[in-house]
Amino acid sequence: MSGTGTADTVARAALTGDRPQPYAELGLTGEEYELVRRMLGRRPTDSELAIYSVMWSEHCSYKSSRRHLRQFSEKAPPSEALLAGIGQNAGVVDIGQGYAVTFKIESHNHPSYVEPFQGAATGVGGIVRDILAMGARPVAVMDALRFGPADAPDTARVLPGVVGGVAFYGNCLGLPNIGGELAFDACYAGNPLVNALCLGVMRHGDLRLAAAQGEGNHVILFGSRTGPDGIGGASVLASASFGGGAAGQAAKRPSVQVGDPFMEKLLIECCLELNAAGLVVSIQDLGAAGISCATAELAAHGGTGMQVALDAVPLRDPTLTPAEILMSESQERMMAIVEPGDTERFLAICARWEVPATVIGEVTATGRLEVTWHGELVVDIAPQTAADQGPVYDRPAARPASQDALAADDPARLPRPAAGPELRAALLALLASPGLADKTWVTEQYDRHVRGDTVLAMPEDAGVIRVDEETGLGVALATDGNGRYCRLDPYAGTQLALAEAYRNVAATGARPVAVTNCLNFGSPEDPSVMWQFTESVRGLADGCALLGTPVTGGNVSFYNQTGQVAIYPTPVVGVLGVLDDVRRRLSQRFAGPGARVVLLGTTGDEFGGSAWAQVAHGHLGGRPPTVNLAAERSLAVLLAGAAQAGLLEAAHDISDGGLAVALAESCLAGGQGCRVTAPGDPFVSLFSESAARAVVAVRPGVEHAFTDLCASHGVPAQVLGTVGGDSLDVAGLFSVPLDELAAAHRRALPALFG
Amino acid sequence: MTARVGIVTFPGSLDDRDAARAVTRAGGEAVRLWHGDRGLRGVDAVILPGGFSYGDYLRCGAIARFAPIMADLVPAARAGLPVLGICNGFQILCEAHLLPGALVRNSGLRFIDRCLRVRIEDTGTVWTRDYQPGQEITVVLKSGEGAYVADEATLAGLAEQGHVVARYAGGNPNGSARDIAGVRNAAGNVVGLMPHPEHAIDPLTGPGADGLGFFTAAVRQVMAG
Repeated sequence: MSGTGTADTVARAALTGDRPQPYAELGLTGEEYELVRRMLGRRPTDSELAIYSVMWSEHCSYKSSRRHLRQFSEKAPPSEALLAGIGQNAGVVDIGQGYAVTFKIESHNHPSYVEPFQGAATGVGGIVRDILAMGARPVAVMDALRFGPADAPDTARVLPGVVGGVAFYGNCLGLPNIGGELAFDACYAGNPLVNALCLGVMRHGDLRLAAAQGEGNHVILFGSRTGPDGIGGASVLASASFGGGAAGQAAKRPSVQVGDPFMEKLLIECCLELNAAGLVVSIQDLGAAGISCATAELAAHGGTGMQVALDAVPLRDPTLTPAEILMSESQERMMAIVEPGDTERFLAICARWEVPATVIGEVTATGRLEVTWHGELVVDIAPQTAADQGPVYDRPAARPASQDALAADDPARLPRPAAGPELRAALLALLASPGLADKTWVTEQYDRHVRGDTVLAMPEDAGVIRVDEETGLGVALATDGNGRYCRLDPYAGTQLALAEAYRNVAATGARPVAVTNCLNFGSPEDPSVMWQFTESVRGLADGCALLGTPVTGGNVSFYNQTGQVAIYPTPVVGVLGVLDDVRRRLSQRFAGPGARVVLLGTTGDEFGGSAWAQVAHGHLGGRPPTVNLAAERSLAVLLAGAAQAGLLEAAHDISDGGLAVALAESCLAGGQGCRVTAPGDPFVSLFSESAARAVVAVRPGVEHAFTDLCASHGVPAQVLGTVGGDSLDVAGLFSVPLDELAAAHRRALPALFG
Repeated sequence: MTARVGIVTFPGSLDDRDAARAVTRAGGEAVRLWHGDRGLRGVDAVILPGGFSYGDYLRCGAIARFAPIMADLVPAARAGLPVLGICNGFQILCEAHLLPGALVRNSGLRFIDRCLRVRIEDTGTVWTRDYQPGQEITVVLKSGEGAYVADEATLAGLAEQGHVVARYAGGNPNGSARDIAGVRNAAGNVVGLMPHPEHAIDPLTGPGADGLGFFTAAVRQVMAG
């Protein structure tokens, strides 16, 4: 690569076709490099090679997943709520009263392992800009985190850094963090998962799509100056496995970006003011692949051309080459298409927010993306070839033979607690296990109050944000994933993740309407991983069709493996629901004595992949719980109806750890005990993880109305007991004082992380 | 006529919207003030809201203190204009020397968002006169640099003269000297508070409505002239 004045120009490339080029170091295969040469009819320039290497990376092009992801559109249930769907920066959902919301979850796994604090921080920053690019005001974030064993030395390095980074960036942006997940498993020891979600709100008319239109319109780059950080982040970092060993991580550290949330806060306010003033034709955030991606996608989606003077880009480091500028993933940058007559006002608003802004080019009618460097042409390509026409792979997928042995290893063989004291000990062990323990150590580092619209936040089943203060319109959001279930059966496991997020949203009384996803897998070049992936996508697409909730967008993260060891397949599913009036929302808290405790749904003997099998026996085998999406749907309709009618004091979904853990959480949240029976086999009753279940507290005096409602929706309901007292009392078996429950639940994470 | 309460937005202010909502709920008119402007637009009181003004770069509040609007706010405060600084606003008031002491990193070194009880020690200020002396209220602490520090003589002086407005009641969350959650100036018109009363004005979105009293007190005081 060369500096000013000696840039590798298009003219030079045509004359020096034999010059060896470092395509492999940039992450392109030999075949892909040859494809570039064929498309151009010559060798690419250094700058063009840079563009193709990042745009055709797995991270940006979805080349291994694209043909499977089509199912999300093909199988999508009819929905009038979708205003913009897959392919945009984020999906947009109509929630009524003239409002729309947009939401998306995205991974930042590899950067967060290499440099936990900045990796996680910029993960939040990136997803927030995606939402901003749709024309929405970001209003909340969530984080779904997975780490190696809680007591592993490296977890003590990675977890506090990741949590600190999420907190630092989100808090500094003034976005409440309303929920997420925290899970531990040895499979994530070499590949922690850091998935960040952002929610944005807009009026219908505010929607902006990324497409460069209008010949002569200006291309404006605004936000931070471009530096040498994150070069090749999409290709060499996000789209390859770690080689293993500390040296490999250190060598990749320059590929991690560094975040400045203060600049991003200014960008948010600046963009919203620009939108409100009607000065933006189109807008795109700069994330993975930086200026390469923004220019190629804007031009490709607009069906136009674009001319860009790369030397006009403000730099933090004047020695950067054109190729490096194109690849840089410096944070807190946006690109807008602006009518020339509006440019002056545009720049004035940027100046008021102290956001640097520069006109770097214009929209043309040539159909070409042309980039110059001090007057010399260094890029001349059809933008579609970079943005949409990259290679698409039909990777071989094969169900591994080991799957049968795993399924045959039924947890029924494991010794089970039976007597009261054993059951009591099992409950306390579950509550004290890091995955189920109280998460305050983490969530207390997140600002959940800022903006004053947070109605529910962790540890509730779902976060709830008020959208309109007058009418009470709001939305509920939850994310869920369970790598253990998916390892046993990726199709069913993914549907269980969908079902749990759907149920979590329903437990607040909201109506689930749309889905986002972050699909975390190992290497797509491994046929058994590819089989997991195809099964998972098929499961999610089928599940969404049955639940009537379309997928609005998402993200695929491959190469989550170190050496030959892949993570469990871990699709994380986010579900969005609508609450017409947030004042009717349901909390998991047992609020006061006297309410009747009722179990909804059917309990079977289902322990495959369960928290109990993991905590008590370190076991993973058998079948995950049965999926029954029709039952999930009935349960959700029942909960929304009961919330609307004011019949319930509390509702809590039943998932990891079963009924016993759900009851303990509701007791601890409200500071109220309860006295219940455990019908049937007490162990199964208390700890089974059968899906499509919830526990509710029915307001005294309306028991019959609620029973009738359950019957009319075909949801089995069983009265277990009553809220009250200062202990969790399971009749005839055991009793645990709330203080003892709380101590077990709350001591685990502080004991591990200080 | 209603009380007009100015809320200053600095680059990086975050809780300005919440402070405005609290003023409105208290019956006042929230007037948005911009850091880069001069003049206070004739407001009857000013709130410096929470957030990370200028990204907390250099030191919390150290850059905001030099914003153009501060050139008008500081003399007005010295002349008796009621001013409440919340969280980052408290830090700015200390940096501007309108209040003694400083706020430093929490003793646990981590950001804390927690609903907690504080005891109102002084009801003689414009902002606290709606509370009873010794009354405990639940508000929201959310800060990474919320530990109040000052030299021993200053701390002793604050205690003797009754200039400690509020103390943490249920345990010290951040290492603040003498459990101090808020202080005032000698005249009682300028108050700095580390926890956020504006996030405790509605049980729907906060721990309760205990914090509303700060805003109703100021609005009423202004109305009474």
